[in-house]
Amino acid sequence: MIARREQVVNYAVLTLFAVIAVFPMVGVVVRALQLPDLDLSAFATAWRDGRFAVYLRNSVIVTVVTAAAATVLSIMAGFALGTMRFRGADALALLFVAGLTIPTEAIVVPLYFDLRSLHLDNTYAGVILPQVAMSVAFGTFWMRAYFRSVPPSLLEAARMDGAGSWTTLWRVLVPMGRPAILTMILLISMWTWNEFLLPLVILNSEEGLRTAPLGLSFFQGAHKTDYAALMAGALIIAAPVVLLYVFLQRHFIAGMLSGAVKE
Amino acid sequence: MTIVARPESRRARRADRPAARRSGAPRGAGSPGEPRRIGWLYVLPALLVYGAFLLWPLVRGAQFSLYEWDGLGPATWAGLSNYGEMLSDPVLRGSFGHLAVLIVFYAVLPCGVAFVLVGAMSRARVRGLAFFRTALFLPQVVAMVAVAVAWQWMYSADGPVNGLLRALHSLGLPDWSRGWLGDFTFALPAVGLIGTWVNIGLAMVLLLAGVQKIPRELYEAARIDGAGPVREFWTVTLPGLRRELAVALTLTSILALRNFDLIYMATGGGPGDATKVPAYEVYNRTFNTGEVGLGCAVGITIAALAFAITAGIRRAVEGRPDRAEGRA
Repeated sequence: MIARREQVVNYAVLTLFAVIAVFPMVGVVVRALQLPDLDLSAFATAWRDGRFAVYLRNSVIVTVVTAAAATVLSIMAGFALGTMRFRGADALALLFVAGLTIPTEAIVVPLYFDLRSLHLDNTYAGVILPQVAMSVAFGTFWMRAYFRSVPPSLLEAARMDGAGSWTTLWRVLVPMGRPAILTMILLISMWTWNEFLLPLVILNSEEGLRTAPLGLSFFQGAHKTDYAALMAGALIIAAPVVLLYVFLQRHFIAGMLSGAVKE
Repeated sequence: MTIVARPESRRARRADRPAARRSGAPRGAGSPGEPRRIGWLYVLPALLVYGAFLLWPLVRGAQFSLYEWDGLGPATWAGLSNYGEMLSDPVLRGSFGHLAVLIVFYAVLPCGVAFVLVGAMSRARVRGLAFFRTALFLPQVVAMVAVAVAWQWMYSADGPVNGLLRALHSLGLPDWSRGWLGDFTFALPAVGLIGTWVNIGLAMVLLLAGVQKIPRELYEAARIDGAGPVREFWTVTLPGLRRELAVALTLTSILALRNFDLIYMATGGGPGDATKVPAYEVYNRTFNTGEVGLGCAVGITIAALAFAITAGIRRAVEGRPDRAEGRA
């Protein structure tokens, strides 16, 4: 039914925009590796002068702890809000959803001053706890949607077998919900890994705790126009997420989609 | 992420309850679906962290915004004067103007492009659809700081953008090459186009999911009526995508509100004040010029705008009852 000419135009449009989407990223790789010669000196500069080994380690610690804590808390809260009825459950669910619209910009300044008076500025806890809070808003919403999709007969069967709610949750529902949980972990990890404003403000003086994106911004300050070294730094911090995305892209896209459209 | 909550969910749940009873659940303290105080215990850990590190700072931010404070000395009560200053200070007022421009680049433009792409993807089977989707969505997962570095190179004096423009110049067009991010007139649109680039994939994925739910018969009917691609778009595709378009506009507008990373890394608000935006001014006023109350007032305003955009766009879409009922 579709004219051949239209088919050609369609592919041309898609190819053009796909090239535009990928070009700057390919440019980063080409410049960082100084292709086609393949000269790794820019990486050496970034790794040595930029201290990216330290920054990557910090990012891994912050991301893993944040994602692990947020996942456990979200599963528990989502389970209760999705399968149990109790006074205030609907109000609580709304409260968590409201958190999805709170931007970091609105809380970062009071967080800085209050965490400073608790001596939590320039600590891992100072960047992890607020990010757990932000992740829990999404995670609870996400897990609640999953638990509500579980057939009530399944809960009933588990109960008949003598399983308490705790056992039902961790032995039956969590193993069954692995795809949904994996999607949530990936999204939370990506947001935490990429977060910039919060570490910038909270980790203002402790260089040894800087996360990778923060490290790149300081590295940029020192290497304004050394594009090869800057690109190497950008590649170092972007690569872990991009690799995960390439292999698990269904989870990323499905997560973004149903997070936004469902419910 | 922002969510467009839907009235259906409540209805769906009410429908669940009779089913649970029918399955013969004995009525007792432990049966599923029955009120249980233990639910609070499950929610409590999440609620404590969420309350202490997200809700409480928001309340504190609102409180700070009512004081004049340099971050060191004693704070003095200022009432709403910080909000007044936000409207009268030319740089701050300008930053909200810049935000309006950026919303066009971050939200309106990507949705326009996404419609074209989805049009190309949906009229006929496209080979390699998954590949195009993966490629187009890629900018969404890259850290903004890395995006900023990549685009500083793209826009640099000898970068690819100027290279392309010089090639066009050699073909007889005027010479449009310049230092984009350092140009008083063009820095803001240049930053905006980075936002367009980032958000095209997000808008496309949302619209594509919607278009796949439009019944094929509607297209066939339109074609039998002799509709071409353009009329098909206006009579079938656009009305069918109202909800997805609303979600896409909401998410991308909120990304425009929260573009601190890109501005801080790519332009630092410059040249002059040309790319200062509210998200940047929260940081700038608090930590560079010692106006903590004013910074918080801007932060609270950003939160209010995010909330208003979410609620406003949702209302615009769900105001029409026929659409609110229809789709799952």
